[in-house]
Amino acid sequence: MSYSGDENGFFGEFGGAYIPEMLQPNVLELRGHYLKIIESPDFQVEFKSLLRDYAGRPSSLYFAGRLSEQVGARVFLKREDLNHTGSHKINNTLGQILLAKRLGKRRIIAETGAGQHGVAAATVCALMGLECVVFMGALDCARQSPNVERMRMLGAEVREVRSGTQVLKDATNEAIRDWIAHPLDTHYIIGSTVGPHPYPDMVARFQSVISEELKQQLTEQIGRETPDYILACVGGGSNAMGSFYHYLDQPSVKLYGVEAAGEGLTSGRSAATLALGSKGVLHGSCIVLMQTRDGQVEEAHSASAGLDYPGVGPQHSYLCKSGRAKYVSVTDDEAFAAALQLTRIEGIIPALESAHALAYLGKLGAAANEVVVVILSGRGDKDMAAYLEYQKKQGG
Amino acid sequence: MAISNRLTRLFSESDRKLLSIYFTAGFPGLQDAPLLCQLLEKNGVDLIEIGFPFSDSLVDGPTIQAANECALKNGMTLELLFKQLENIRSLVALPLVLMSCVNPLLSYGMQRFAADCSRVGLDGVIIPDLPPEYMEPYRGFFEERSLSTVFLVTSHTSPERIRMIDRLSSGFIYAVSSDATTGNYLEVGERQREFFRRLSEMRLTNPFLVGFGVSDAKSFERVSEYSRGAIIGSAFIRALSNQGGLEEKVQSFIGSLRSPKP
Repeated sequence: MSYSGDENGFFGEFGGAYIPEMLQPNVLELRGHYLKIIESPDFQVEFKSLLRDYAGRPSSLYFAGRLSEQVGARVFLKREDLNHTGSHKINNTLGQILLAKRLGKRRIIAETGAGQHGVAAATVCALMGLECVVFMGALDCARQSPNVERMRMLGAEVREVRSGTQVLKDATNEAIRDWIAHPLDTHYIIGSTVGPHPYPDMVARFQSVISEELKQQLTEQIGRETPDYILACVGGGSNAMGSFYHYLDQPSVKLYGVEAAGEGLTSGRSAATLALGSKGVLHGSCIVLMQTRDGQVEEAHSASAGLDYPGVGPQHSYLCKSGRAKYVSVTDDEAFAAALQLTRIEGIIPALESAHALAYLGKLGAAANEVVVVILSGRGDKDMAAYLEYQKKQGG
Repeated sequence: MAISNRLTRLFSESDRKLLSIYFTAGFPGLQDAPLLCQLLEKNGVDLIEIGFPFSDSLVDGPTIQAANECALKNGMTLELLFKQLENIRSLVALPLVLMSCVNPLLSYGMQRFAADCSRVGLDGVIIPDLPPEYMEPYRGFFEERSLSTVFLVTSHTSPERIRMIDRLSSGFIYAVSSDATTGNYLEVGERQREFFRRLSEMRLTNPFLVGFGVSDAKSFERVSEYSRGAIIGSAFIRALSNQGGLEEKVQSFIGSLRSPKP
């Protein structure tokens, strides 16, 4: 079975490009050029040198000894939090900005939830001297204000989105509407493995550097390139796709995507799309999405702005259906507790998104000699207000 | 595609510039759709597009987004809309086209949707985020019931693609006036005129109507010089949002566009 999708961007029944005619020129241009450009030697040279010298890759693979003791397995952390800008998002924005330049674009738009992708987009625009507009839900602007300030300092215009539910889904709508209004000079840097073909495939390729490095680093550290488990949080799914990418055809590696259950799967306030959703079309792609029985998109809920999305990318929709990867969920409170635990025993403050992957460690049931890689997709600076609030509630 | 219905007859029989009005079902009041159709007919409109609201429409600007949100809050569903339109053909003779994003239709079931459109007497559908290539599995459902399928083209659509869309269309082609979502102010500049001229000179099987940004008598007249007519949506929704009764609001807005049929 192939997991790379067909030429029209379908992964089984999921994916494709369900877009209005107004978006066809933008998407057709991208589709016609992206593979040729990113496979060209000059692109690869520039991309790799920026990943190394600018983003600080390879990100380290750290054996978390004290965490391993508590969990009862051999736990390694893939430290995407150590990248420049503080998350895995920079891998994708560096790739896309090089692509945008080669397509002759002079204006960049992006959507953001937690602000990590927005910061990464604003960063590469500053680096390349391109105009940058970031769409961010008004609610997210409020709960992730340090990132709003970072984007502005980097020279980006942050547009607070007040339509719909004022979170990531709505920021994505507004970015796409802006793209409709600027079909020629603008490139849309989507931050996750969502959106119309070729975005899910393209973003997965740029993020696949995570699993490429993992193979090498595991070989060096444990003598084989395959772990027993990979655990990654899933909103749209980019850090998970990047870390699964080179292991998809190796069934001995058990792949786990951890979604945000919010206040609980049955609470009505959750973002665990693959647990609660059904097949539908959102943001130009056929995916699993949370919707009413009338086909209206439901509001997602997660304390983590980066996972607060009622859909999940087409590859994950497919990997879930085919059974190749397993998707589970943890609640807001479990994620907070896991973030605090990692901070206290390893001295690493993780992003609240990444804390979802950590929170599932205890439920994984891995044996003492089994190797578990957790993708630490980002650092927690942006979540300080939420963490302090949580600790206050806990009386600690 | 040779289909005969009220829509195709309108284009073959009428020689005046055609005015199509779009409104969102369930807005401003949940039950308003049938009455709005009657009032639009009475005031001399030629064709009606009934919009079904979607929570995340990519093509719509703030005005129609707000109307969609309001309609959904009011409780609009496809089941309810078809119930409301049950007797529409005893009230209204105009061609009626239903416009909706694809997701609610997939959820309802495309075949069931086509069957219900046909049962209540609609003439066609516009599904803006279902590209013509993706219509293939569903085309038969509409064709066999003589329902027109209308697709959009823009000034960036290539000639080959326009020809392909022309082959798959029946009724008319929806020419999107400008690079924007619905409801933006339209300046009919050289680029628009060139686009409309180019479309006319292609001698397509289907006539075209211009939509997006057409808002008043002046813009209606300007774009009609180059087309069979135009579609007005957001400006009508804005008019419906004003104070007052539906009847006066429809009469005064449509009256401002052109005088009613004698």
